[in-house]
Amino acid sequence: MSALLEIDNLSKRFGGLQAVGGLSFAVGEGEILGLIGPNGAGKSTVFNLINGVFTPDAGRVGFRGTDITGAAPFRVARLGLARTHQIVQPFASMTVLENCTVGACFGRENLPLPRAREAAREAAVLVGLEDRLDEPALHLTIAGKKRLELARALSARPALLMLDEVLAGLNPTEVARMIEIVRSIRGHGVAILMIEHLMQAIMSLSDRIVVLNSGRKLSEGAPAQVARDPAVVEAYLGDPGLVQGGAR
Amino acid sequence: MAAALRRPFFWIIGVAILVFAAAPFGKDVELRESLLLAAVYITLASNLNMMLGYAGYVNFGSIVFFGLGGYFCVYFMGTLGWGLLPSVLVGGVAVSFLALLFGLGILRLRGIHFALATIGVNEAVMAFVTNFQPWGGSTGIYLSTELFQPLGGPAQALWTIYYLRVAVMGLSLYLSYFIKNSKFGVGLLAIGQNEDAASVLGVPAPRYKALAYSASALLPSIAGGLYFFKGAFIQPADAFDLTLSTEAIVITMLGGQGTIFGPALGAYLYEELRGWLLTSQTFANFQLVVAGVLLLIIVLFAPGGLMGLFYRRWPRLRRILE
Repeated sequence: MSALLEIDNLSKRFGGLQAVGGLSFAVGEGEILGLIGPNGAGKSTVFNLINGVFTPDAGRVGFRGTDITGAAPFRVARLGLARTHQIVQPFASMTVLENCTVGACFGRENLPLPRAREAAREAAVLVGLEDRLDEPALHLTIAGKKRLELARALSARPALLMLDEVLAGLNPTEVARMIEIVRSIRGHGVAILMIEHLMQAIMSLSDRIVVLNSGRKLSEGAPAQVARDPAVVEAYLGDPGLVQGGAR
Repeated sequence: MAAALRRPFFWIIGVAILVFAAAPFGKDVELRESLLLAAVYITLASNLNMMLGYAGYVNFGSIVFFGLGGYFCVYFMGTLGWGLLPSVLVGGVAVSFLALLFGLGILRLRGIHFALATIGVNEAVMAFVTNFQPWGGSTGIYLSTELFQPLGGPAQALWTIYYLRVAVMGLSLYLSYFIKNSKFGVGLLAIGQNEDAASVLGVPAPRYKALAYSASALLPSIAGGLYFFKGAFIQPADAFDLTLSTEAIVITMLGGQGTIFGPALGAYLYEELRGWLLTSQTFANFQLVVAGVLLLIIVLFAPGGLMGLFYRRWPRLRRILE
């Protein structure tokens, strides 16, 4: 398995807080890698370091053989790395189709406008937004906006998709539906790096899991193996949210 | 491109240009002067709209393009002895290029900071010109009326200037139209909605914003060249008058920022309103007060302007008027 995304010794400090420290891992072609850890472990920061929203203090990010450390987000997107946001960021007064068209226009294939609209429509259909194409994004429910985030990222036809808590805030039916969507995306050959708090979901979806705690890698391996790791159990027992059997 | 030609709005713009060109019928001077002013407002508002309505950046100092265009044109004609067309065209390109340089600098700022910087650019350019002797410093430059001779004398020259003005207005509307229906426009609209999200999706925001700023400078500076050639006089206080900048913002907001028809409609209505206010006994001195109150009402109650209200009332209108 060749590595699509390689992260080597990545570090980022915010004032007195070492948000990410000496983190290394890799995502292979077509793989689903889960990134888990207690709140504040630095998971979203890792995403922001990978796609250039933040510049790392040290370390290197390689994507498809190119060094993208500190590259501007729009350049990273062009190379085929798309992401969703934990807090949805729709273009509120643009329609669902227009939102996705932005993703398709400026994504990996750099499509001209008419073909971008086609790619946008396909992505919207894949996530089940086909009935809402001409609706302004602000009219969507929270589940709808989450799907829109996903569709917009997919419209770019990325090689790697980073999902930041796409299941948070969804009800059980919506979660089941979203899991199906994520599986079908992988079925199209897209590698996925996902942050998720819903343990059952991420354990069943991921090929491998990386556990973060206080910005450092605590454990890495197959889901079953990570779940048995004493260090992981200890870190999570400190997290009351998990003991009470749920995510936040 | 071909798809853009099949849309009704493409032809609506064409009809509007023809109406402007034909309405004074080659002899109605009063109507011509009124439409001339409307054409200037439409040009300024449409170009401002590319920054304000598309990219979501409030340019309070857009008049700097108009004034600089005027200065380049007057200087090229009066001092260097160039003809009218090369003067306005070279002036337009020069201002557009300067705008690109300014844009790369000040577009790092966002929101209120950008808006303040645009006023700063205008004031700085005005201060520079006021002390720049080749451009007449604070007294400005007068053009000899001899310069109207190649255009067939003053009376005929005014008609020529009018038709050129209408052409510049038409080009402004088509520029707005083609940008909006292009990938560049899609990127600008995304920046206007949420710049960070747009960047994450791959929109090259710094380059696009600077290009939009530069594109929005070209036609207003040509309009400025024609305006000050017509008046045969230019001085810093007239060329860089923030009043006109502010009026362009009111017009764009009144018609509906982000639409193409809105700024044109707003400009026409504002010109009519202005004419009425200036001739009315009661309001003659309050024209700008009325403009200010108008802006306040729009921002508070109809942020989408007239087009926003129309679209809500008749949703199908979206397919015809863009």
